[in-house]
Amino acid sequence: MTITIGLNSYLIVSVLLFCLGLFAVITRRNAIMVLMGLELILNAANINFIAFSKYGGFNIEGHVAVIFVIILAAAEAAVALAIVLNIYQNYKHLEIDEINKLKN
Amino acid sequence: MAPQTLLALGTVILLLPLLTFAVLIFFGKRMGRLSGHIGTAVLGIDVLLTIFVLITKYTTKFAETVANGDTGLFVKGALIQVKFTWFSIGNFDFRVGLGIDNLTAMMLLVVTLISFLVHLFSMEYMKDDSRFPRFYAYLGIFTFSMLGIVLANNFLFMYVFWELVGLSSYLLIGFWYEKDSAANAGKKAFLVNRVGDFGFLIGILFMYSTYGTFVFDEIFKSMGMGVLPFGSGTVLTIAGILIFCGAIGKSAQFPLHVWLPDAMEGPTPVSALIHAATMVAAGVYMIARVFPIFTADASTVIAYTGAITAFMAATIAITQNDFKRVLAYSTVSQLGYMVMALGVGAYTTGFFHLVTHAWFKAALFLASGSVIYAMHRSAHHLEDHHTDVQDIRNLGGLRKTMPWTYLTFLFVTFALCGVPFTSGFMSKDAILASTVAYGMLTGHWLIPLMGFAAVGMTAFYMFRLTILSFNGKPRNKIAEHTKENNFYIVFPLVILAAASVWGVYSLNPLNAHTGWFYEKIKQPESAVPVEYQWKHNLVEKEYDNNPVQGAIAGTTSAVEKEETITRFEEAVEQAHYPAMILSILIAGGGILFAFMIYQFKFFDADKFARQLGFIYKFSLNKWYFDEIYAMTVIGGTVLGAKLLALFDNKIIDGIVNGTSWITRLSAKFTGIFDNVVVDGMVNLTAKVTGIFGLGVGKIQTGRIQTYVILAVIGLITLIYIFI
Amino acid sequence: MGGYISTVFGSSILTWITFLPLLGMIAMLFIRSGKDDDTKANTDKIFKWMTVGITFVQLVMAVIIYLNFNNSLTGINNVDGFQFVEKVSWIKATLPMVGNININYFVGIDGLSAPMILLTALICFCAALASFSIKKSVKGYFIMYLLLDIGMMGVFVSLDFFLFYVFWELMLLPMYFLIGMWGGPRKEYAAIKFFIYTLVGSVFMLLVIIALYFSVGSFNMLDMMDPAKYLPGSLLAGVNTSWRFIAFAALFVGFAIKVPIVPFHTWLPDAHVEAPTPISVILAGVLLKMGTYGILRINFAMFPDGALHFQFWIAVLGVVSIVYGGLCALGQFRVGKRDLKKMIAYSSVSHMGYVVLGMSSLRPEGMVGAVLQMFNHGTITAMLFLIVGVIYERSHKRGLDDFGGLANKMPIFMGITAIAFFGAIGLPGLSGFISESLVFLGSFKTYPYLTMISAFGIILGAGYMLWALQKVFFGKLPAIWSGPWDPTHKIYKHDDVNAIELGALIPLAIVVILFGIMPNPLLNMMSASLDHLVEFVKVSPTLFSSIL
Repeated sequence: MTITIGLNSYLIVSVLLFCLGLFAVITRRNAIMVLMGLELILNAANINFIAFSKYGGFNIEGHVAVIFVIILAAAEAAVALAIVLNIYQNYKHLEIDEINKLKN
Repeated sequence: MAPQTLLALGTVILLLPLLTFAVLIFFGKRMGRLSGHIGTAVLGIDVLLTIFVLITKYTTKFAETVANGDTGLFVKGALIQVKFTWFSIGNFDFRVGLGIDNLTAMMLLVVTLISFLVHLFSMEYMKDDSRFPRFYAYLGIFTFSMLGIVLANNFLFMYVFWELVGLSSYLLIGFWYEKDSAANAGKKAFLVNRVGDFGFLIGILFMYSTYGTFVFDEIFKSMGMGVLPFGSGTVLTIAGILIFCGAIGKSAQFPLHVWLPDAMEGPTPVSALIHAATMVAAGVYMIARVFPIFTADASTVIAYTGAITAFMAATIAITQNDFKRVLAYSTVSQLGYMVMALGVGAYTTGFFHLVTHAWFKAALFLASGSVIYAMHRSAHHLEDHHTDVQDIRNLGGLRKTMPWTYLTFLFVTFALCGVPFTSGFMSKDAILASTVAYGMLTGHWLIPLMGFAAVGMTAFYMFRLTILSFNGKPRNKIAEHTKENNFYIVFPLVILAAASVWGVYSLNPLNAHTGWFYEKIKQPESAVPVEYQWKHNLVEKEYDNNPVQGAIAGTTSAVEKEETITRFEEAVEQAHYPAMILSILIAGGGILFAFMIYQFKFFDADKFARQLGFIYKFSLNKWYFDEIYAMTVIGGTVLGAKLLALFDNKIIDGIVNGTSWITRLSAKFTGIFDNVVVDGMVNLTAKVTGIFGLGVGKIQTGRIQTYVILAVIGLITLIYIFI
Repeated sequence: MGGYISTVFGSSILTWITFLPLLGMIAMLFIRSGKDDDTKANTDKIFKWMTVGITFVQLVMAVIIYLNFNNSLTGINNVDGFQFVEKVSWIKATLPMVGNININYFVGIDGLSAPMILLTALICFCAALASFSIKKSVKGYFIMYLLLDIGMMGVFVSLDFFLFYVFWELMLLPMYFLIGMWGGPRKEYAAIKFFIYTLVGSVFMLLVIIALYFSVGSFNMLDMMDPAKYLPGSLLAGVNTSWRFIAFAALFVGFAIKVPIVPFHTWLPDAHVEAPTPISVILAGVLLKMGTYGILRINFAMFPDGALHFQFWIAVLGVVSIVYGGLCALGQFRVGKRDLKKMIAYSSVSHMGYVVLGMSSLRPEGMVGAVLQMFNHGTITAMLFLIVGVIYERSHKRGLDDFGGLANKMPIFMGITAIAFFGAIGLPGLSGFISESLVFLGSFKTYPYLTMISAFGIILGAGYMLWALQKVFFGKLPAIWSGPWDPTHKIYKHDDVNAIELGALIPLAIVVILFGIMPNPLLNMMSASLDHLVEFVKVSPTLFSSIL
């Protein structure tokens, strides 16, 4: 059985990665975990970008978008972690179900 | 002497008492008894000045002067007057002024002299009163106001001083205001006078609106030229009667006489000054002042009013037991005589009676004051505070203890009763002769009839008073221990009694017409057009030749009139002796009757009274005037006022409050409607939205995970649908 | 333009006299009322004397105005006849639908308003002295008092109808609070009744103001008096039209409520009974005059045809007021609580009836008498209310049955009271006599029968006044009055009037006597204007017709 590594392979990895990320976002209660899930989703998207760039006859656009996403993800992570840090200081925990002071 | 000087003196005479008032009202309390000396001294100066003015006026003939314009000095005939503008509205001036003629000069003497004597009398009589200075202040303002009436030459001043006299009378009657009866009497006097003034005011309004001036001689002049109120003689009659209403009030004529007897609550010197000699004579004086405006009809009303008053008051006086009340009713009766005399057209005679009556009635009141004062002292000495010292049934035998008072009292009683050789005899006889003449010429015989009846009654009640008080034996210890009063009280009595001797006026004791009084005080010519006058008052010769011209005042000069004689004057001369004899007989009969009952006790007075029954009670209760007024006029007004006040409170205010109630009620309903219906709809909308929102809101958990799941589910659904 | 004033006020003395109290109000806002009793007493004293000072300066200014007043100028509808005129544009705007709005600050006085200025200044001064008895929230009271002062002065000086209305309403507000907060037991009822009743009148007035504005195109009162200024075809143009009569009647009702003329009078007894003494004084002394002032200045001058048309009915209303008010005053002795203040309130109705009767005569005597009566009633009734205040202060009672025999205890007070009471009766030598006589003289020529009926008023007046005088001053002293004030035993003191009370009463008494003997100074001041007014009203229907 020969395994040819083509577009599908990339997409399967990307789907798995996305599903793992989504699973993490939905099920984890810890804010850090949720953030990590988000990173996975973003990276799944990045893989798609690269794959389509390579196999879809596009030039460099996919790479540019990926670099852009990485930068944004870093920024987002920085902001989000800062918020998380503050939440932790206020609540001494990061259980997002408990953080509902703004509700009602 | 220049006429200006005379007027200036008149003004000084007028203002001096005002000065005492001003000084005493502010500084009297600190002065104490000195205030009495000041008041008396000022009045003394006033009397001297008045005598000077009187003599000058009666002996000098002043040159005629007509001022340049409407204001300034005017001398015409016997009248000296000054006119000036009091205030003005735009181009119209309200001109007033002072005038002195022979009538004024005489009246000035009456007022100042009696006022002076009363001041003197009060030095003793009021000496223990705590408000002694206040009393003298009030006397001052009274004298001022009274002199103002005398000197006024216009309706405006007349009315002003008229009201001020009313005020001072109010203050003096209510001088002892701690007593309710005194306060009530003062109020009653003021109010009853106001009723008369109501008519007087409307009469003045008639005059002013017709003639555009208040000054007497200007009104007479226009009237003489045929200007009448509303162009009608009937209206002139009405206006005359309305003006006479003022006199009805002030001179206590029927039917407004009710205040005078009550006014006896004032101190006795006040009664002598105000309620016997001067203020009550003001009404008579006013009639004399405006004599030319009265038409024949108005004069008849005046004559009848006077006659009824004279008769009615005499019947009441017979049964009264209060010393001062007898005198009060006697005063009312005598004022009736004066008014009657003026009404029948006997001008000089009416005024003559005013003057003679002023002296002897003032003397009678001061004598009564002397008696009351002596009785008070005696009662005080015996520590008896219950006996009414004014009740003649508690007096008696004072002849021995108070000889001066008795003698003067007796003499002036003679004058009042019309006994020959007194001044009262001359004046009363002249009045009776005039009424008889009037009856002869017009057929109004009721007037002399009532006049003669009153003569008899006057003689009777005066001697009843004299005998009960002075003759016989003292009825109690108080009367027994009375003592004659001192100089302050006796001196005025003597002076006043002396002024009541016949010789003061005329050497002929039977006929005053020959004396200086009738020579100096002449009847003025009527200003009323001839068709509204009694024909017998017209100068006959001219009346026969030219009936219209003869009546126009001012066209005939005084000289012409002296030479002619009216039919009325002729008739008076004819009636003179018969009337005199009749009056002497009637008066003598009255005196005799009084002696028979009270001195010699031929009849028992009480039994007599019981036999007369109703008539006695009718007289004793003063013809039930007070009761009738209380029921009708006063009761009616008070009831009306009460009902109106209730009406105002319940109906008018009720409407206002009702409006507000209705507004509030409708507001309430609107409020409910607004709350339930309008707001209900709004709330319903909100509620529906709310319920809907609640259901949907369940999904909104606030957990990101839920949203993400939902998003994923949605995505999957979309993929399923589209692919 | 009359009247040179050689003072620091320059030509704007009317603005000064009107808005001077505003300075006081501002100053008072910056003074803190003390917290504890001592400091509070001190600051209260400051407020009191400040108000007295301000009203005194106003009085001085009023006298300056009087001294510089040119008696020969007419005024009324003639702009050159007004004196101390100031005219500044105030509100200028263009509004959709309405067009240009041009409201001026336009003030000036003539012979009709000048006596009222004098009266207002005098009464405000005396009432300020009488306000010394106020204990509760003194600061608020005096600020309200000064605001009221502004409103009253403003009404009498305004020549712009809008401005007039502003001042008219301005005066209503402090009055409401002054009665409603410092009044007697039923103060809320009285205050609301006063407010709403007067507001109803104001609404009528406002409607007519708007109608006049659209007919004339400006708020200038003098333009409204000039038939040539009316826009042709507008609602109130023309003469003797029914719209003009309706407008006249509406305005008349508005002012009649203020006077008050029977049957619009029932707010007055309640307001007087509940108001504190100084406010009663102002109410009777000045506020009632605004009604008659309005009738003369606005009704008669703007609608002369209406005045002629309703002349007889106005006279009837005057007579009804005189007799009805007199009888009701007399009726107070028989019904209710026999309240002295209520009796005086009804006597006010009666005495203001003379004003209405006098003006309806449309004769110089009657007209001058009416305005003089406004002045005299102001001073005399102010005295009467001050007198009630004096005895109320000592006993906290006002019923006629609570007194008696005061004449011996308070002799000086008795003398002053006698002046006031006899002034109200119309005794010659006191000012009331002159004005009542002039009213009678004028109205008798026009309506002899009505005048005869109204003369009953003088009997009734003597009746209730003497009755009250006797009840309070004569007779015996009730036991309750026989000792010094003792709060535990409820016994009352009876010392004679003190210096402050005398300070309020004496100036009024002097004025009452002075103008009773020499009315000329006042008469000269007003007669040119009022002659002109009578003339204007009488000839204007023909004048109007000739222009159309």
